[in-house]
Amino acid sequence: MHLRTALCAASALALVASTAYAETITIATVNNGDMIRMQGYTDDFTAKTGHTVEWVTLEENVLRQRVTTDITTKGGAFDIMTIGMYETPIWGKNGWLVPLDGLSAEYDVDDILPAMRNGLSHDGTLYAAPFYGESSMVMYRTDLMEKAGLEMPKAPTWDFIREAAIAMTDRDNEINGVCLRGKAGWGEGGAFITVTGNSFGARWFDEDWKAQFDQPEWANALNFFVDLMNEAGPPGYATNGFNENLSLFQQGKCGMWIDATVAASFVTNPNDSTVADKVGFALAPDNGLGKRSNWLWAWALAIPAGTQKADAAKQFIEWATSKEYIELVAAKEGWANVPPGARTSLYANPEYQKVPFAQMTLDSINAADPNNPTVKPVPYVGIQFVAIPEFAGIATEVSQEFSAAYAGQQTVEEALAKAQALTTDAMEAAGY
Amino acid sequence: MARAVTSQRKTINTVIAWGVGLLIFFPILWTILTSFKTEAQAINDPPLFLFFDWTLENYSVVQERSDYMRFLWNSVIIAGGSTILGTIIAVPAAWSMAFVPSKRTKDILLWMLSTKMLPAVGVLYPIYLLFIQLGLLDTRIGLVIVLMLINLPIIVWMLYTYFKEIPGEILEAARMDGAGLRDEILYVLTPMAVPGIASTILLNLILAWNEAFWTLNLTAANAGPLTAFIASYSSPEGLFFAKLSAASTMAIAPILILGWFSQKQLVRGLTFGAVK
Amino acid sequence: MATQHSRSAARMMMAPAVILLLGWMLVPLTMTLYFSFKKYLPLRGDSLAGGLDWVGFDNYTRFVTSSSFWPSVQATLIIVGGVLVVTVVLGVLLAILLDQPMWGQGVVRILVIAPFFVMPTVSGLVWKNMFMDPVNGLFAHLWKFFGAAPLEWLSQASMQSIILIVSWQWLPFATLILLTAIQSLDSEQLEAAEMDGAPPLARFGFIILPHLSRAITIVILIQTIFLLSIFAEIFVTTAGAFGTKTLTYLIFQRVLESQNVGLGSAGGVYAIILANIVAIFLMRIVGKNLDA
Repeated sequence: MHLRTALCAASALALVASTAYAETITIATVNNGDMIRMQGYTDDFTAKTGHTVEWVTLEENVLRQRVTTDITTKGGAFDIMTIGMYETPIWGKNGWLVPLDGLSAEYDVDDILPAMRNGLSHDGTLYAAPFYGESSMVMYRTDLMEKAGLEMPKAPTWDFIREAAIAMTDRDNEINGVCLRGKAGWGEGGAFITVTGNSFGARWFDEDWKAQFDQPEWANALNFFVDLMNEAGPPGYATNGFNENLSLFQQGKCGMWIDATVAASFVTNPNDSTVADKVGFALAPDNGLGKRSNWLWAWALAIPAGTQKADAAKQFIEWATSKEYIELVAAKEGWANVPPGARTSLYANPEYQKVPFAQMTLDSINAADPNNPTVKPVPYVGIQFVAIPEFAGIATEVSQEFSAAYAGQQTVEEALAKAQALTTDAMEAAGY
Repeated sequence: MARAVTSQRKTINTVIAWGVGLLIFFPILWTILTSFKTEAQAINDPPLFLFFDWTLENYSVVQERSDYMRFLWNSVIIAGGSTILGTIIAVPAAWSMAFVPSKRTKDILLWMLSTKMLPAVGVLYPIYLLFIQLGLLDTRIGLVIVLMLINLPIIVWMLYTYFKEIPGEILEAARMDGAGLRDEILYVLTPMAVPGIASTILLNLILAWNEAFWTLNLTAANAGPLTAFIASYSSPEGLFFAKLSAASTMAIAPILILGWFSQKQLVRGLTFGAVK
Repeated sequence: MATQHSRSAARMMMAPAVILLLGWMLVPLTMTLYFSFKKYLPLRGDSLAGGLDWVGFDNYTRFVTSSSFWPSVQATLIIVGGVLVVTVVLGVLLAILLDQPMWGQGVVRILVIAPFFVMPTVSGLVWKNMFMDPVNGLFAHLWKFFGAAPLEWLSQASMQSIILIVSWQWLPFATLILLTAIQSLDSEQLEAAEMDGAPPLARFGFIILPHLSRAITIVILIQTIFLLSIFAEIFVTTAGAFGTKTLTYLIFQRVLESQNVGLGSAGGVYAIILANIVAIFLMRIVGKNLDA
């Protein structure tokens, strides 16, 4: 340890000559594939700026818990935090994040996809830079679809998804028509059922912030989902999240999978996926009501207010979310592996347009509208979430009730009644 | 005749005990085996037991991603430091409780144990705020103190029960010979209590090594021990059973090996006064 | 018998431990009590520095009237009770087994105590993914091998799964203590009983079990203290879904997921009360064995 510190100090000293300040910044991040890849390229950043980086890589739930505690207590343990589209506007509003203004001209902040920039801003000020962005879409097995004698439209309906799922299901060979998230947690099954609800006309709150789980739209959406999964879903879907479904799909056990657009690069990667060359893409389904069930999300880098190393942190963010970083990854690992969904120029790049899922990802992102997420008017912003501080807690509990219904421990009606009661209670506690 | 029966019984005992032992050990064995598979082999259907292409790939991937030695070193310092500090504070306390008992000794012991009942998650905010004030956030010394305090009641109690078993006559004999308090502890009691102290230290090393709430929530880049290391492998994107197994094996191996070497000490020493 | 001198020396020697633990108890406890009477929503901008609003007993009422409260108390008691029953019963049997003459006794003991060295997070992750996963888990393969439909462990048998995982971790601890106790049993007494023709069951009931009662008490006491606050195992397996939300987990949800520190602190106070009720209950029932 001492030796290490000494070495760091020595190398830092050596760099003082060339750069103004050589600092060590601490970055908290999530253990997703693109972030792990970014860690591998840290040396490129150090070579360019002289700053060194300490990584704290945590699983998503632990990360959220960790960074939230630190930001609310002004603990100052991190110089950069990896947060999402849900946290950014709330934290920005509280003045907890350093505004990302005065970014260099080469960085070209206007190149960030408008949907992402909008979602990561509060009152027009950008508070976090998107490392990658995503929507959700349908990924399906072209061979199984053909075998079932069906053809996937570019913009399917839920009825078609159901028809196709039942036709593709072959339980004897462990092929499930459709794999969807049922796992408890607001960012897991909670996100999926919320967007499904959106397409069925359901909403979390009415204009007076009254919980809406007692409305027929929610019952329709939830019953549809449960019936679909019982007929054509994998066993134990009540505990399946993104990662479980990814693994099932890669093993060839799913006919369709509706999930994050970033998954496209994993399922088409022949190193990990047994079905890499048999995957097609389509927009997330709708139910004829004018809203598709796709979400909008970005994992973004933000600087907590109060850090002494805001300048070095900003340099890192400029590096990690730049066009050059994308080119660096493309040069080393191919265009399919660059962080998607963040920049307009990426989708204008002819090389990237050759990637099979590029256009569908962009179309999905563009089809998402956080200001008008569902059929009826709502008082909130956010598609698969509601951008208020209380939402994460409430939605996690609601999704736990839903998961219990998926597992058959209670009926859909019971789950909805409990969801209504606990949401009402929590909103009351929050003073709505 | 008698010998034949004994030998037959011994055989039966052996078979049953090995069966049960392997069954209990199996999850660990399976984790270790899986850590040498590729990700695809790890989820093979049917499962592969021994006949697969053994690979060290997972270990090198894990090492490349996170600096194992650094987490390991933090774990060693934090678990070792808190145990040593705790023992130093607990020995005199336990000694006085055992040899100069008062009416309230039992109450004090039970009160000490009751401090362990404060739910950690409930006091995260108070402790976190306190740590910021004291500048202890993400420092090893901070964790040493917290883990010492968490385990102190158990240390005091264990030592107390060992000391109580030491017959008082020996002390009186020493006093007759003119030994002072210091000599009494140093030359008479300590040698007799060494096995007990050793067991106590072992148990507390294990408890401190495995503590996963405070070690995760009060650290960032500097002081994170192996519990923080494992938190970055718990559910990444893509197939991960083999990498998770490798990381798990790396996290538990040091303490497992220590435990195995000191197995006799643990089997004899973990009494908590249960044996009179 | 003890002199005045040694009494004051004894107090001096106890002082550091007592003072430290008093501080460790009082400081967080006072802050928790303080927060529990306040509106403290960090994400709404509330902070200690900015001053917190007094809300009286609102947090306390809200915490108990929540639909999750009683189920969480029940879940806590079921998990603690379940694990205690499993570890004590199996622990006694294992201790007797390990005390028998056999070949390779040392190695078998190592195998049996190994789970105690596995950190809770790791054991939760390993059980969840590699054993209980309904598609790729080993149990699923086993079930399929016997032609049965794989069990969805963590959703359909969530409580049993948690009890299984936690018991696996704590069984070695119980076994170790019980084994030490059994080894101190006078073997002549057992042999005499055997000579008298007492059947094994009677020998177990009238000699072994009474001899173990003190050790069993200690196992129950210590494990209860640790089990009341188990967290990691639930966090990584079910995350509180499917009826496995214990009181500790509920407090976690209030404090960290909902970011309502006041409400969570009130929950913390309830948890301390529950722990003390359980402790007093234990003392009454089994305390006689524990004359220190």
